[in-house]
Amino acid sequence: MKKVFINSIASISPQKTFDNSIFLDEIIDYNDTVISAQDPDYKQYIPPAAARRMAKGIKMGVVASKIAMDEAGIETVDAIITGTGMGCMIDSEKFVSAIIDNDEQYLTPTSFIQSTHNTVAGQIALGMECKAYNFTYVHSAISFESALLDAKMQLENNEAQNILVGGVEELGEHTTKVHRVINHIKPEAVTISEVLNSKTEGAVFSEGANFFVVSNEKRESCYAELMAVETFNTLQKEKVSEIIENFLKENNIKIEDIDIVVLGNNGDVDFDDFYDQLSNGIFSKTQQVFYKHLVGENNTVSAFGVWLASKILKTQTIPEIVKLNELNSSEIKIVLCYNQYRGQNHSLVLVKKC
Amino acid sequence: MSKSVAITGMGIISAIGNNVAENYESLINGKKGITRVDNIETIQRDEIMVGEVKFTNDELIAQLNLPQNNNYSRTAMLGVIAAKEAFKNAGITDIKNYKTGIVSGTSVGGMDMTEKYYYEYLTEEAPQKYIESHHAGDSTQKIAEQLGIEESLVTTISTACSSAANAIMLGARLIKSGKLDRVLVGGADCLSKFTINGFKTLMILSDTFNTPFDENRKGLNLGEAAAFLVLESDEVVKSENKKVLAYVKGYGNANDAFHQTASSENGDGATLAMEKALKVANLKPSEIDYINAHGTATGNNDLSEGRAILRIFGDDLPEFSSTKAFTGHTLAAAGAIEAVYSVLALQHNMIFPNLNFKTPMKEFSMVPQTELKKKELKNVLSNSLGFGGNCSTVIFSKEA
Repeated sequence: MKKVFINSIASISPQKTFDNSIFLDEIIDYNDTVISAQDPDYKQYIPPAAARRMAKGIKMGVVASKIAMDEAGIETVDAIITGTGMGCMIDSEKFVSAIIDNDEQYLTPTSFIQSTHNTVAGQIALGMECKAYNFTYVHSAISFESALLDAKMQLENNEAQNILVGGVEELGEHTTKVHRVINHIKPEAVTISEVLNSKTEGAVFSEGANFFVVSNEKRESCYAELMAVETFNTLQKEKVSEIIENFLKENNIKIEDIDIVVLGNNGDVDFDDFYDQLSNGIFSKTQQVFYKHLVGENNTVSAFGVWLASKILKTQTIPEIVKLNELNSSEIKIVLCYNQYRGQNHSLVLVKKC
Repeated sequence: MSKSVAITGMGIISAIGNNVAENYESLINGKKGITRVDNIETIQRDEIMVGEVKFTNDELIAQLNLPQNNNYSRTAMLGVIAAKEAFKNAGITDIKNYKTGIVSGTSVGGMDMTEKYYYEYLTEEAPQKYIESHHAGDSTQKIAEQLGIEESLVTTISTACSSAANAIMLGARLIKSGKLDRVLVGGADCLSKFTINGFKTLMILSDTFNTPFDENRKGLNLGEAAAFLVLESDEVVKSENKKVLAYVKGYGNANDAFHQTASSENGDGATLAMEKALKVANLKPSEIDYINAHGTATGNNDLSEGRAILRIFGDDLPEFSSTKAFTGHTLAAAGAIEAVYSVLALQHNMIFPNLNFKTPMKEFSMVPQTELKKKELKNVLSNSLGFGGNCSTVIFSKEA
């Protein structure tokens, strides 16, 4: 079996993360319940005429994929695999509301065409003229991890050498309103320093695109080696520690070997216990970092966790703003990412220095 | 690591039957399930024909014994019915014996409820339970819950009309790599105003019975359905002494990279998908005994797919047919519906007819199999092509 490397990264998020030469140097402090992605200069990557037809998610996905491809220094890939929990919300909302508002009349196909979940992967393939394997995973908070697992299997078996994998999510106005009604979104605005201690239900909703080139050969640009990916549809709170210990054992790793754990806390008073029990339990002696206070919550934001882990491993630095505890590790070799959303769809991603 | 991928169970609900046996009866008796739409109120009713499962949502709820406060979308209910039949057929009693997961495909997901309560969600409390069933992964989660699959790999693929074929592909790879011992694969999609109107705006819906590969084809009939197959590793088959229905022998996926909704004129993507699948199966085109084509009966698909088939098979073209004239185009579920039909073809050595065909297309001389035909079958190839350029081929075989 071949090893798998993360050879490049790209992130478009509510922070200015699209420039790979910096690492959370400048932080945008929000005081809100919903935060949008910071736009890179799209026209640098997409002809304006084409960009006008694209909803934000498509633009973010296409541009993030280009940044990742550029950094890896390759022109094409053997597979394009994306994850998106909610899909193309903007075009879906446009088409549904048009159906209802106009009683199924005077409809045009554009928003329907762009509403399918695989639009982003399809547009990336079209742009690259890439006829290779093309998949889109749409399973809530593990959409990205499903894509990553698929890529990892193909690379290990040498069925592919380079794969573009990413997660993308866009905010839809109506969907946001609807999720507010059922308290999935925080009732009051919070600043990034207050999120974890907000003691309220729900999360700060957000959007973004995180893409990676993963390969079975290490390139000069290498960020990390991808050791393992595992997902779980359900997990009782009491079982999480045991499952993590089993997962590490299967990968011949002990808790003490983990230099950093990347946790998905989003400040939801009903679900942060899943993380807190680890912070105070099996990882109490491990350096902990978090990120959702900076980039919010969405179905593929865990890809930002992998982005953060990759960046930390390559630069061997940890921005103060992501530190969750006071512990420090000298050399950072192994990082574990753990995420879940509303108690379901848990994921573990293990990466190490390359 | 498992060398082969065995199919040990299957389940289906479609416009031509509520289980595998009923679907087979309809297929061999040429009984199509295309009618006017009854369960959805739409102004398009008199302009389109659909392949509809005739149970109302209330009837499905009763069948599944769901509590009144359930939040199952129609996609989820159809999915659960087919998934349960597949598990029963595979004789699975103890779910915890083996590492068991689910890979499902859907494109509509919970859109049926979203379009029904879109604005009501903001003001009415009663329908708000459905907000969480909108996302595409929800129906898969519900199937896992109903089957008692916990702490496992459960995921969903949405690549438009190739979703379920891709779910089978991923499932096969999960078995081969040893990630799972057993995996339920397939797909589910219900009819919705969203898809009816979407395809209507693309002007590819027929106002009468769809006629795959016919010169005068007028477009597709949308359908709703769910189908699932149980895939198991060599080890499970051996230790449980399992009856194997057929094997997933090969699979291939490629992107046409031509247009968001249309297929390239020469079917580049479909050609690549078939080539890859033959390579994985280690079979020559001449060893394929029957092709279950995607054959949606749109002008674009049948020409593009037909050309791709000719590029692969040339003069050695085996019998081929599209079963969409029976079921309508069931979108994300289509790959799983046709996987079940391909396995039935192998089991009974029977080629199902391409109904409604009259006139060969002028671009080539390909003529589909129009009558039920008995023939010894070893390998069946099934195509699924979709929006976003997604092209998938799966090959099913009697032998491992």
